[in-house]
Amino acid sequence: MTRDEALFQFLLRMGDNTLVLGHRISEWCGHAPVLEEDIALANTALDLIGQTQLWLGLAGEVEGKDRDADRLAFHRDVWDFHNVLLVEMPNGDFGQTLMRQFLFDAWHSIMLGRLQKSADHRVAEIAEKTGKEVAYHLERSADTVVGLGDGTPESHQRMQAALDYLWPYIGEMFASDDIDAEMASAGIAPDPASLREEYDALVTKVLSDATLAIPQSTFSHKGGKAGTHHSEHLGHLLTQMQWLQRAYPDATW
Amino acid sequence: MYAQMIKTAGTSVKSREEMTEDERKFQDRIDADEKIEPKDWMPDDYRATLIRQIGQHAHSEIVGQLPEGNWITRAPTLQRKAILLAKVQDEAGHGLYLYCAAETLGISRDELTEDLLSGKMKYSSIFNYPTLTWADIGAVGWLVDGAAIMNQVPLQRTSYGPYSRAMIRICKEESFHQRQGYDLIRACAEGTPAQRKMAQDALNRFWYPSLMMFGPSDKDSVHSAQSMAWKIKINTNDELRQKFVDQTVPQAEYLGLTVPDPDLKWNEERGHYDFSQPDWKEFFNVIKGNGPCNVDRMTARRKAWDDGKWVRDGLLAHARKKAAAKAAAAA
Repeated sequence: MTRDEALFQFLLRMGDNTLVLGHRISEWCGHAPVLEEDIALANTALDLIGQTQLWLGLAGEVEGKDRDADRLAFHRDVWDFHNVLLVEMPNGDFGQTLMRQFLFDAWHSIMLGRLQKSADHRVAEIAEKTGKEVAYHLERSADTVVGLGDGTPESHQRMQAALDYLWPYIGEMFASDDIDAEMASAGIAPDPASLREEYDALVTKVLSDATLAIPQSTFSHKGGKAGTHHSEHLGHLLTQMQWLQRAYPDATW
Repeated sequence: MYAQMIKTAGTSVKSREEMTEDERKFQDRIDADEKIEPKDWMPDDYRATLIRQIGQHAHSEIVGQLPEGNWITRAPTLQRKAILLAKVQDEAGHGLYLYCAAETLGISRDELTEDLLSGKMKYSSIFNYPTLTWADIGAVGWLVDGAAIMNQVPLQRTSYGPYSRAMIRICKEESFHQRQGYDLIRACAEGTPAQRKMAQDALNRFWYPSLMMFGPSDKDSVHSAQSMAWKIKINTNDELRQKFVDQTVPQAEYLGLTVPDPDLKWNEERGHYDFSQPDWKEFFNVIKGNGPCNVDRMTARRKAWDDGKWVRDGLLAHARKKAAAKAAAAA
């Protein structure tokens, strides 16, 4: 594997995370519990789709095979997607959506902070730009997790259920493989395992303010990042997202 | 026009002799183009009519998110997806400004929402039509937003200050949406035969429902006369409909699309297009709840409201706990 091949894979991971999560939260548009939340979710989705254009745009450039961000987003099948499993999990109720968002935002903000020091200036520039948006996502999702965790007995119980459901998907964000090792040795991206301590501190603080109990299990599902074992949910998401492009391959939209 | 068939409170336009002293002063301010502000004295009927009108407009923005939201997850490019998301988010924002404007008249957003969900208040008939293809998203921006702008541009000069200011902000965004919608349907019209078919089909289905947005002719309506005297309605429905047709027909021609009206023709003498009226029986049916999507739209809104109750309650409970803790710390 050349450095550029590894970089391409790394950029797909970043872009697929934002693409799939952006798509997921866009499913809420018009259906949120209160108008302000509807606007905030759409805003987050919009940021994530914009970030996707940057990451996948650069991925296409690095690959050098004439695939732009749209080509990569709309013309790959499940096994070529490299997002972590967490972001493809279904929305569930509003609590599950916001818990998933928080668990991802916490990782995302730390990751982007490190990427701002990337040896690859293109990566550093994207991280600089998107880091500001993600800092806001994190502030908002953390506040909501605290508000609902420490709200009514029902909201507390729902947030605990969401945390229990999503917890086994956290570990994948910190698992390292050959691509990560190559990125770390080139100074392009940090070793994912090195983010864990800061993540745990942040998440523990917020979940404790939310009066939620962190699950004891350390078991972790994996296979999303590698693309080898996605959940059944991703195929349905892609079916919807890619349908027009696939049904009318010769059309320009 | 997102506010249709608003029944003006009161039964007729009062002559100056019939007005009380307060009413006369109020009308003089309106005639002098002064803005009425929330704390100013206003006739009860003016207040009630505005609540109906602004409320219906706000509800239309919120229900209007649904037919467009229907295509967000299927948008064919990242750029189009971002544009559509931003647009639907803007609609929610418009709903928010308008609910805020209505609140200045002494009704809460929750009360207005309950009135929508119980069927007591309406929203624009247009949102009871389905979006079946991607080109429909273009048609909604081009025709539906185009029709809405016809009404909303004059409403920037409406007599009620908060409503007028909301309209100024909304109009800026709406004209942007209209251009985006037109650009979307243009890409279809200039595309493959299948895309072209989508564009024509979208125009076929949305043309008459768009004409219905202005409501039936109201040139002889007492309600409209009163609303016009109060400057909360600026033009008659027929004037606005004519303006819309005159503006839209050349745009359709530019796209090479055919307006589905065999009687449409330029009338040199009038300086306007002659055109067919929509099927008003269909319109009244849609208003009564029998449009293709009325049940689905209200089910979706009710579900969002009911499913979201625990969230609203949870966040409120947390805010109260925080306030209590702050008060205890200060004591």
